[in-house]
Amino acid sequence: MFGQVVALDHLSLDVRPGEIFGLLGPNGAGKSTTVGVLTTRVKPTAGVAWIGDHNVWENRVAVKRLIGVVPQRPNLDFALTAREVLTFHGAYFGLPAAERETRADALLDRFKLTDRAKNMVHGFSGGMMQRLSIARAMMHDPSVLFLDEPSAGLDPQTRLLLSEMVREYNARGKTILLTTHNMEEADDLCHRVAIVDHGKIIAVGTPQELKRSIPGGFLLRLHFESASGTLLDAIRRLQGVTEVRGGGDGQVDVYADHGGTLIPSLVAAASSAGATIRDVHISEPSLENLFLHHTGRSLRE
Amino acid sequence: MNVTTFWAMLMRDAHVARRNFMTLAFQVLLQPMLFVFVFGRVMTTSGFMPPQYKNLLLPGIIALSMVFTGTWAVTMPLISDFQFTKEIEDRLLAPIELEWLAVEKVVAGMIQTLVAGFVVIPTAWLVMGGVELSTDHVAWFLLLALLVAMLASTLGLVLGASVGQQQVGLMFSMVLTPMIFFGCTYYPWQALASFPIVKRLVLVNPLVYASEGFRSALVPQFPHLPSIAILGCLAAFDAAFLLFGLRQFKRKALT
Repeated sequence: MFGQVVALDHLSLDVRPGEIFGLLGPNGAGKSTTVGVLTTRVKPTAGVAWIGDHNVWENRVAVKRLIGVVPQRPNLDFALTAREVLTFHGAYFGLPAAERETRADALLDRFKLTDRAKNMVHGFSGGMMQRLSIARAMMHDPSVLFLDEPSAGLDPQTRLLLSEMVREYNARGKTILLTTHNMEEADDLCHRVAIVDHGKIIAVGTPQELKRSIPGGFLLRLHFESASGTLLDAIRRLQGVTEVRGGGDGQVDVYADHGGTLIPSLVAAASSAGATIRDVHISEPSLENLFLHHTGRSLRE
Repeated sequence: MNVTTFWAMLMRDAHVARRNFMTLAFQVLLQPMLFVFVFGRVMTTSGFMPPQYKNLLLPGIIALSMVFTGTWAVTMPLISDFQFTKEIEDRLLAPIELEWLAVEKVVAGMIQTLVAGFVVIPTAWLVMGGVELSTDHVAWFLLLALLVAMLASTLGLVLGASVGQQQVGLMFSMVLTPMIFFGCTYYPWQALASFPIVKRLVLVNPLVYASEGFRSALVPQFPHLPSIAILGCLAAFDAAFLLFGLRQFKRKALT
């Protein structure tokens, strides 16, 4: 399929049991291929993948029992109703009939699909299909849940429901691996994140660690009555400041190694330049900044 | 192999087939019934064809209906599943080897083929009126029905896992139409005696053995291929299509 393109290039990562792990990267970075390899759907040309004690390629059936997969594009069985999608999925995994029914009802309720349970899936909206896909992946109670770009194209409400469900499932001791190109989502949901680009891992760590790892990761946005050249120079000379950008409307963006602790010296610098601060906003270092720092490109590109 | 999963997938296919029963029934019955009516009824009643032609025609119609029902039932869903809807992915992720999923598709196709065969026989018999079928070779007929069902289904697997959405039209005009006309469905193989090259060439067409086989079981008074050749060739086609189909299926299922 991929011709000579190397989709994954010496990518190596270790997801711990019970964590929510995120693969963050732009489209085409190799996130879905990584998920494909881990879920038995893509045969790697080299290398090994393990789920628990099982080598994924050697022991596909055992691996399939342990995992639940929510694909990037909904692949629901269009010949069935929403409820049947769940009950047949349960049957494929050998759940007894009574348990299939109870679980299907509980999941339909949890994902707010009860009133559509008897409808054929092909009339469903994107958000409903996505909800049903997640419910299906949870149906056999897998230890590891894979979500490939779960929030792409979802409305904010469904996105909230999704985060809630992911956290809830994780709270039951389950491991979750999700891919996203949305840094807020990775930051908000994941315990640890790997940043992927061109099939390689650029950095791995908790969102906090990652964000702290780059110098000048904090952004302080200041508003003055007016911002003179003298003022900007005074700020530039402060310790820990890496970059200062002044706007004509009195807005000054200060990139620095630390946030709140810089305020006293900023105030001092302002008063010595005869300026008054009207407003301060401090933003924590973001994964977006990190990606930019490592690749010179924005995640959204 | 995982029997529970296999059975659940078979139940899924049965459930979907039951839901689409009317569409399937039309698909299976309409074309053979039209054919039976025109050639078996109109042509014989009007005297353009001898009345015995009905007897010759029915086994061919059974073979044709079975082969096309089974092939269609397996091929078309596979093509759209693999290319477009990706529906089959939920079963590719079920805890069973990929080969067994393909085998399940073959078994489901065989069941549909057998049902089609057993529906076409009485219906055609009624439409044509008064066909004399031999009941001396019931066991032979049942064995043939099983082999033909497998032929249809495995051919469906081969086509479904090899043909892309864009080539469906081509598949009909290049593969299925010649198969029908050179399948000895409307005439016995002996009728090709004056066309020695065609007579040899058609032997690569598996439908020939299905038609000739049913003729040997239901109307043995007409000329037909020797039973051993029918049996051997049907079994060989079944095995070859199954093996090749499994290989194609695995290729298609994994990226």
